[in-house]
Amino acid sequence: MNTEISGVILMYALVILLAIPLGRYIGRVFSNESTWPDRLFNPIDRVFYKMSGVDPTRPMTWKQHLLSLLTINLVWFILGMFVLMNMSWLPLNPDGNPSMGADLAFNTVTSFICNTNLQHYSGETGMSYLGQLILMLFQFISAASGISIASVLFTAMKERTTTQLGNAYFFFVRTCTRILFPIALVTAVLLLLNGTPMTFEGKDTITSVQGDTIQVSRGPVAAFVPVKHLGTNGGGFFGPNSAHPLENPNYMTNIIEMVAQMIIPVALIFALGYILKRRRFARMIYGVMTIGFLILVIPTIVNEVSGNPAISRMGISQPFGNMEGKEVRFGPVASAYWSIATTVISTGSINSMHDSFMPLSGMNQLLGMMVNCFYGGVGVGLMNFYIFIILAVFISGLMVGRTPEFMGKKIEAREMKIAMIIALLHPLFILAGTAIASHLYAGSPEAYAGWLNNPGYHGFSEMLYEFTSSSANNGSGFEGLGDNTPFWNIACGIVMMLARYLPIIGPIAIAGSLAAKKYTPESAGTLKTDTSTFGLMIFAVIAIVAALSFFPALALGPIAEYFSLY
Amino acid sequence: MKENIMPAIRLTLVCLVFFCGIYTLIVLGLAQLTPNKGNGETINLNGKKYYSNIGQKFTEDRYFWSRPSAVDYNAAGAAGSNKGPSNPDYLQTVQQRIDTFLAHNPGVRKADIPSDLVTASGSGLDPHISVQATEIQIKRVAAVRGITESELRQLVEQNVEKPLLGLFGTERINVLQLNLALDHLKRKI
Repeated sequence: MNTEISGVILMYALVILLAIPLGRYIGRVFSNESTWPDRLFNPIDRVFYKMSGVDPTRPMTWKQHLLSLLTINLVWFILGMFVLMNMSWLPLNPDGNPSMGADLAFNTVTSFICNTNLQHYSGETGMSYLGQLILMLFQFISAASGISIASVLFTAMKERTTTQLGNAYFFFVRTCTRILFPIALVTAVLLLLNGTPMTFEGKDTITSVQGDTIQVSRGPVAAFVPVKHLGTNGGGFFGPNSAHPLENPNYMTNIIEMVAQMIIPVALIFALGYILKRRRFARMIYGVMTIGFLILVIPTIVNEVSGNPAISRMGISQPFGNMEGKEVRFGPVASAYWSIATTVISTGSINSMHDSFMPLSGMNQLLGMMVNCFYGGVGVGLMNFYIFIILAVFISGLMVGRTPEFMGKKIEAREMKIAMIIALLHPLFILAGTAIASHLYAGSPEAYAGWLNNPGYHGFSEMLYEFTSSSANNGSGFEGLGDNTPFWNIACGIVMMLARYLPIIGPIAIAGSLAAKKYTPESAGTLKTDTSTFGLMIFAVIAIVAALSFFPALALGPIAEYFSLY
Repeated sequence: MKENIMPAIRLTLVCLVFFCGIYTLIVLGLAQLTPNKGNGETINLNGKKYYSNIGQKFTEDRYFWSRPSAVDYNAAGAAGSNKGPSNPDYLQTVQQRIDTFLAHNPGVRKADIPSDLVTASGSGLDPHISVQATEIQIKRVAAVRGITESELRQLVEQNVEKPLLGLFGTERINVLQLNLALDHLKRKI
């Protein structure tokens, strides 16, 4: 047991050790300062710019940034739909997997370009190797667009009075070549050395010890898995994601994949501090996020280690806690830790089945996604947090009777309206979606009998989880839900799309509008935003928004299940 | 929109070549330099091939049993059970597994059965069981095979996988490797 605890402490410590220098490096990359691998990457970047016909030095306004982002996402959508709906006859399909129907392809493509990676298919049977490579491409470039749009936010926060916020292609290409590509390559090598396969051959057929003939799915897994984590994407190569013994073969790879999914979200906080030259402000953000993470992760570990009371009543022992849906090589502690890490940072990869976690652990996973900014997904986590900062500045301003100001800019009605709308969209998508699904199911349980894998409160949690995961662009699931139906494919697809683009548009609009305003230097009367008092204020705003919006739904699902079980 | 569309298409194509082409080929090339050439870790024994990380179904009394699997160890369609902790059907399944185990292992106290032996893994392909889950099967396997319990206990001890560096993670036993060693033991005699 103690070695399991020390394992997760090691995972967190490695993240911090790596994220601090990485944050500084990312800060330099976006500020166009020299870094040591320039000699290698400058020529590569020039090829990118030349072949794409873009001028990386032309500055853009916030509207131009958003337009270029939406346009390129549209191109990805068309490319993705074409490949996934035709992969049965396209090359690299040794297992002869079928093409996707329109609704499943819509869901899958949306899911991957929106950095969600919700999967209503299973990799072994539902995706060709070409399809997997296209999804891997989306994992790189959707992460890059999230990170590069966050650097627009950083630029807007830094500039005094301007409408010129850097060039979108400059940020995007540099994210691809200087951040994601080298780290993915190093991670891939580490995974290869630990037995992750990398082959384009199809299924292997072997005879088991007991004499059965079994087929073993393989594929270019070692190229796929690094970016699945680095870009906080989370879409698995195989159906069971990182619980699969070829996708995550041992405890060492579990550490590598865990660290890979957390370093960029954490490093971006430090990059923000570097770019703004406000280290204290970055430390305040890091502190609030870390406290939130710990509040969710510690009870989840305790819950899983304590085991299932219904199984205790059968009279067997549970030395390893609740083991349903978990792998022995990871154990309950590393599984519980992963389940919270992956939900707070919007990765959505799993190393154990969330559907089989204890009720309150499931609630903590849901809360991680409902808050969606304790670290958060690459780039977008900080943008979500930015909305809460704006709200906290406004409320603090009202409390002390001063004009709310943030980084020397006045926050006025326009910014507040946008911030409020964005903060309320997330609960709206989750609760309205779950309400519609519950209404349909309650209306005719026979017609939708294939939906729920578990009865009662837990069945409700399965539907709530699916919409929460979609709206948080997370991608994990209570996978018992029979979700490959037109309703779930289309509803979740629409939610993922709105929940990706609107929370990007909102903060960029606020930041763009603030950047253009007159700068007032800080004085003794300015609200200090880098103190622990203000951190507490942000935490309170997050807690109130989350609690007021989601408590009733949680009471019907995980909380009710808890009381039925204990 | 118009000024963005051509750069968007061209940049997407460049990324396609860079990530699906160059990056993937580099990883594929590096894979050839690793000991298992990118094919996953395999064991080759007496002309037969096994994937050491892919668990197999062991239900015969002469082998150490592996964990239950929601997909019957189908390595071309892996999955967990996704059963919730309060699901009555699920709890009934667990109860049946306990009864089956006790029927095949007379003399084992119910309270000694660890839960990993009666719950399905996340992948349905878990190659491991806990040390405790192995120990309670020693008596049965020894009786069926006609080996002494102490000899078997020694074999189990040799097959324990320690936590990483002795400090991080779980202690466990790879059932496939243990059972292969078991068959090997018999052949020696």
